Amino acid sequence: MKLILSLFLAALLGACATPQPLRGTGDLGLVIERATGHVTLVNTSSRQPYARIAGLGDLSHASAVYSRDGRYAFIFGRDGGLTKIDLLEGKIVKRVIQAGNAIGGSISQDGRIVVAQNYTPGGIKAFDAETLELLAEVPAEYAPGQFSKVVGLADSPGNKFVYALFDGGEIWVTDFSNPRQPTTQRYPAGKQPYDGLVTPDGRYFLAGLFGEDGVAMLDLWQPEKGARKILENYGRGEEKLPVFKMPHLRGWSVAQGKAYLPAIGRHEVLVVDVATWKEVGRIPVRGQPVFVMARPDGRQVWVNFAFPDNGKMDVIDTLAGKVVHAFEPGKGILHMEFTPRGENIWLSARDDHKVLIYDTARFTKQGEIAADSPSGIFFTARAARIGF
Amino acid sequence: MSPNKLLPLLVLLAVAPAWASEPAPARQKELVHLVRQDCGSCHGMTLQGGLGPSLLPADLRDKPAEGLAATIYYGRPGTPMPPWKQFMSEAEAQWIVDKLMSEFPQ
Repeated sequence: MKLILSLFLAALLGACATPQPLRGTGDLGLVIERATGHVTLVNTSSRQPYARIAGLGDLSHASAVYSRDGRYAFIFGRDGGLTKIDLLEGKIVKRVIQAGNAIGGSISQDGRIVVAQNYTPGGIKAFDAETLELLAEVPAEYAPGQFSKVVGLADSPGNKFVYALFDGGEIWVTDFSNPRQPTTQRYPAGKQPYDGLVTPDGRYFLAGLFGEDGVAMLDLWQPEKGARKILENYGRGEEKLPVFKMPHLRGWSVAQGKAYLPAIGRHEVLVVDVATWKEVGRIPVRGQPVFVMARPDGRQVWVNFAFPDNGKMDVIDTLAGKVVHAFEPGKGILHMEFTPRGENIWLSARDDHKVLIYDTARFTKQGEIAADSPSGIFFTARAARIGF
Repeated sequence: MSPNKLLPLLVLLAVAPAWASEPAPARQKELVHLVRQDCGSCHGMTLQGGLGPSLLPADLRDKPAEGLAATIYYGRPGTPMPPWKQFMSEAEAQWIVDKLMSEFPQ
């Protein structure tokens, strides 16, 4: 199996030498191959890979954001590597090691600033998207000499970036209007925020809390009102189930006026009315949800799970308000990405060394792509979305 | 044998009771996969740390092995570290600690 995979990948590398015909970037994307420091470049129209790039370092938990033209991807590696790749030329443009231990990043509204969020040293760093030159650094020093791991970094309008401090229990908003002299506002949030997101309209930042049942919410249109708790005590004192992998909030979206969020320590998806921010329902699922992602039209929400249920997928129909399709597509389903208008979903099956492509209307398999321990899948449609 | 090579051997001898109940090779492979991939979601696939602390030998050196094994087996309340007892025995948790403290297999 390994040999076949290597041969296939070698053939793919050979194919890169041929010049690409003139083309746009709207149906391109990339797949992170976490164990070997590769990314495979893919085309969502042909459902085929077209190039593979090596030398990106430790890509466990790596994520990517796109330049506004969708041509360049910025990949944030666990080892602090920030790599800019060109999807048209299929090559690395620039690579810097910007921290000891990083967890992701984001790109500004105007596309000029790329910001990385770091665990070690805790804080964020801003880079020129063109050159990857360091512009500014904001250490997450929440108390004298105390630095926090930074989670949930998201861009918001006005070249602002919002993020949460896992150890500091705060939400910070850093304004990069002047990229070399950012200014930061701090808001108390709650115990151990583990991830965050900005709503698709860019108005609200939500930080999921691990240390208490609840979600901290900051209205970015009226930040002076401070962060408030929503979904407080959704567990109502019940014993929590162990969480073998932290849920991810990024990629979350609103469907039909409701938000679908992973519960922590419960095998449930929480449903929240985004007008009132009150819980309006819970949907039982088959494990601890990790990604709870709405199809672009909002009719479906797809859910994958933490170990040991990471071979399962549940699909919620938002009209019916329940799981309508449950299946086991492969081993170690780590991530999913919808094609820009949602007719297909791509799933990474880490332990099967495959990316699986499904039709979302019929739930039939459309194809698969070989990849070495695939994790994150990122399509260029992210380039045009707030908070991605 | 050079002192460098002797040292890991001495470490192994010091934890002989756990060593005696070393898991079968196929099970060892499963445990290594579990640690790298699933523990790795918080501690990093290369175990250098993430949301959870680093599990590299240099960072574990000063910590008592029994306490570390208990942390794996029972979890650590008040932190995100969950108990892994439904997936392994105490002896297997001890084996994982021994490997983490010396050199964790790929």
